[in-house]
Amino acid sequence: MKIVAICGAGVGTSGILKVNTERVLKNLDIEAEVTASDVAGVGVAAADAQVILTSPELVDKIGKTFADIVVIDNYFDLEELTRKIEKALG
Amino acid sequence: MSLPQLPDPAIELGAIAGDWRDAVRLAGAALVRSGATEESYTERMIEVIDEFGAYIVIAPGLALAHARPGDDVLHEGLAVITLAEPIAFGHPHNDPVSVVLGLAVANPETHVTSVAELANVFNDASAIPAIASAATPDDVRRVLFAEH
Repeated sequence: MKIVAICGAGVGTSGILKVNTERVLKNLDIEAEVTASDVAGVGVAAADAQVILTSPELVDKIGKTFADIVVIDNYFDLEELTRKIEKALG
Repeated sequence: MSLPQLPDPAIELGAIAGDWRDAVRLAGAALVRSGATEESYTERMIEVIDEFGAYIVIAPGLALAHARPGDDVLHEGLAVITLAEPIAFGHPHNDPVSVVLGLAVANPETHVTSVAELANVFNDASAIPAIASAATPDDVRRVLFAEH
């Protein structure tokens, strides 16, 4: 299982998303590798990922992917993250 | 894990901004005043938003202005701006913004510990309104440097 958090610059917001995703996965008792990447690197970073987490503003910039794209509105709302990650992992 | 220091020059409370560019410039100016960055870093923070949109508005009312590490980052820095009148950045859910954080990281390794600590602070939903209504720099530091 691989999850990639995407932001524009690759530092800052994707790091927050990565940290909080790791927390949620721990609570859910799910093993997964979570990495952070910028939009430019998404093709490589997400080549073998199941899930891409990102902001509503960046969805259009991600392009073609086989991964599920999960849009997160509030990066600090662990309930929203939990709900959406659980749904994506089905 | 720890956040960069937050000296008084890095904080501006009740600031007036005409639009989101103004608001980001205020955060950039605060980083410059505190000695963390040179002025070109401010313009690079604006370029990130011009290129990728308002994704830096990562929670209701909160923008995390930042750019990649570079020569114009003198040391790791954090700045806090609160706006007298909230400003729309163009985010579909999290506008308007009343708190702008400016973040400057010197290298990708240190940024990981800083953002992890930001997550610790702001996962508490009361943190953004508490900073937005802070009357003094000490009020802001109490929220950001509280024990979790």
